[in-house]
Amino acid sequence: MSDMPISAAPQGRFDHILYVLRSNPVTMIAFGMLGFILACAILGPSLVPYDPLATNAANALQPPSAQHWFGTDQVGRDVFSRVIVATRLDLTISVLAVTMSFVVGSILGAAAGYWGGWLDIVLNRILDTIMAFPLFVLAMGIVAALGNTIENIIYATAIINMPFYARLVRAEVNIRRDAGFARAAKLSGNSDLRVLALHIFPNALPPMMVQVSLNLGWAILNAAGLSFIGLGVRPPTPEWGIMVAEGANFIVSGEWWLAVFPGLWLMMAVFTFNLLGDGLRDIVDPRKRT
Amino acid sequence: MLSTRPRLRATLMRIVQALPVVVGVVVISFLLTRALPGDPAVYFAGAAADAESIEQVRVAMGLDKPLLEQFIVYVGDLLRGDLGQSLSTGRPVAVDLATRLPASLELTLTALLLAVVIAVPLGVLAATRPGSWVDHLCRVVVTAGVSLPTFFTGILLIYILYYLMGWAPSPIGRLDFIYLSPEHVTGFYLIDAALVRDWETWRGAASQLALPAMTMALFTLAPIARMTRAAMLSALSADFIRTAKAAGLSNRKVLYGYAFRNALLPVVTTLGMVFSFALGANVLVEKVFAWPGIGSYAVEALVVSDYAAVQGFVLTMALLFVALNLVIDLLYTAIDPRTGFLSS
Repeated sequence: MSDMPISAAPQGRFDHILYVLRSNPVTMIAFGMLGFILACAILGPSLVPYDPLATNAANALQPPSAQHWFGTDQVGRDVFSRVIVATRLDLTISVLAVTMSFVVGSILGAAAGYWGGWLDIVLNRILDTIMAFPLFVLAMGIVAALGNTIENIIYATAIINMPFYARLVRAEVNIRRDAGFARAAKLSGNSDLRVLALHIFPNALPPMMVQVSLNLGWAILNAAGLSFIGLGVRPPTPEWGIMVAEGANFIVSGEWWLAVFPGLWLMMAVFTFNLLGDGLRDIVDPRKRT
Repeated sequence: MLSTRPRLRATLMRIVQALPVVVGVVVISFLLTRALPGDPAVYFAGAAADAESIEQVRVAMGLDKPLLEQFIVYVGDLLRGDLGQSLSTGRPVAVDLATRLPASLELTLTALLLAVVIAVPLGVLAATRPGSWVDHLCRVVVTAGVSLPTFFTGILLIYILYYLMGWAPSPIGRLDFIYLSPEHVTGFYLIDAALVRDWETWRGAASQLALPAMTMALFTLAPIARMTRAAMLSALSADFIRTAKAAGLSNRKVLYGYAFRNALLPVVTTLGMVFSFALGANVLVEKVFAWPGIGSYAVEALVVSDYAAVQGFVLTMALLFVALNLVIDLLYTAIDPRTGFLSS
């Protein structure tokens, strides 16, 4: 079954991962790209050649050159520096949002899957209702209602992602709640909570990891989309979505670098997480490879 | 009568099942309108309001009543089609949305049609010729497609097809102002123009629609192609296909008569998910192309904190989505003769 790789010995699991990675070099590339993005997020602000907020009207709208790799924007800020510095903010928003939906979704899903009953029914109704909204539209509504701040972007993204985790955990916990190992753990005197948290829930982690990776890419897209329509991040803060939005005004007159570079960077980040998700899925469950 | 017609019964059951979801959607959108930052009365009274006029607004809006009573009033308003007054346009939100909805629907449906027409054959070809260039193309499209931010694809297409090539018209909405918009019948310019046989306007509208529809189609292509390929692969490896082949049926008959028909079911299911994405992406695409639909209406309303308009939009989108899912499920019953009888 899907938990076979986990039940294998540690040595075997490592070999399995190596084996899958070797047959799929794309996943290796994705890990490399992830390292690069993380480096940008952590070290970026101290490495970039220019202050991302420093304006220089004399040097506005310059095309890419040796001094300004990605050119300069309408007020003369260095696009390269802004793109790199933005990595931290975009990544923070999506990581926080996904962490929140992971934690809340896990708790709700595990409880509903283990105890069932009215808790399960109520949770399913709520999840159905959330999923009945086009998710990006719901995020817009939440941000509009709670107020236009970065924190609320994070909450909104967390809320619309939560159902995926809750459903996944609920299903994984539910099929194992009467499994032999769970009963054995219960019989040897563990409390329900302990059995659930330490014996059953860990089995849901591998598929969850796949979900997290795919979700991170989606959360970045979502946050960038929200700031593209003017929610959350305010200018002049460097952020990919907002930079694409500002650059869009110049694209019809041919200054392509303002929008294209942040857009490409955004795409690369999302692409990395999607590749990583597919690669992790191959490791966790080879049968689902498509 | 119902017991003798299982299909009809299943259809009715499905419609009844949609009701709790509609109730949930209304409850959430009610909660969103009450969750305004700070006091809604302060907000709606305006910046220059003093304590007394805020109190008047509170009473006028019914905000002094208990929450349950407010909810009943809200539902009553909804049933009468009253979504409140837009602060920015000064007109009822329902009227604004109704006039702009056809533009959004025309864009979304054209894009989805385009995506299905490209993605389904692509997925089928990829599944029947694994390892060929079609298969690789399919994989690239699928992985790249889900990573593309729609607003970025749109801008890129404008730059390449409008600025560099000059093939596309400038991205300024549904129709260049040298044309008069066709007489309002359905609100879909392509249909309205065709009805009065005004082919010049039809071409004008089609050329404006091309870029935004392409942008959205690129985005929705990926999940459909992926699902078609996977469904086709699993259908082709099924026992009944082996039997059909062994019985000497032609390749064509096996592929389209048996494999494709069965692969269609998961594809139709995915369409529901794709619709959710499409309606969200719609907002971004409309902003990029200045498309006068309900998405750009909501964006404009968001910028000036016009809550009634935004909440009306969210509710409309959700109800639209519920309705579309219902249609898809009913379609499912029509395609799969088993579903109707199983649930009886």
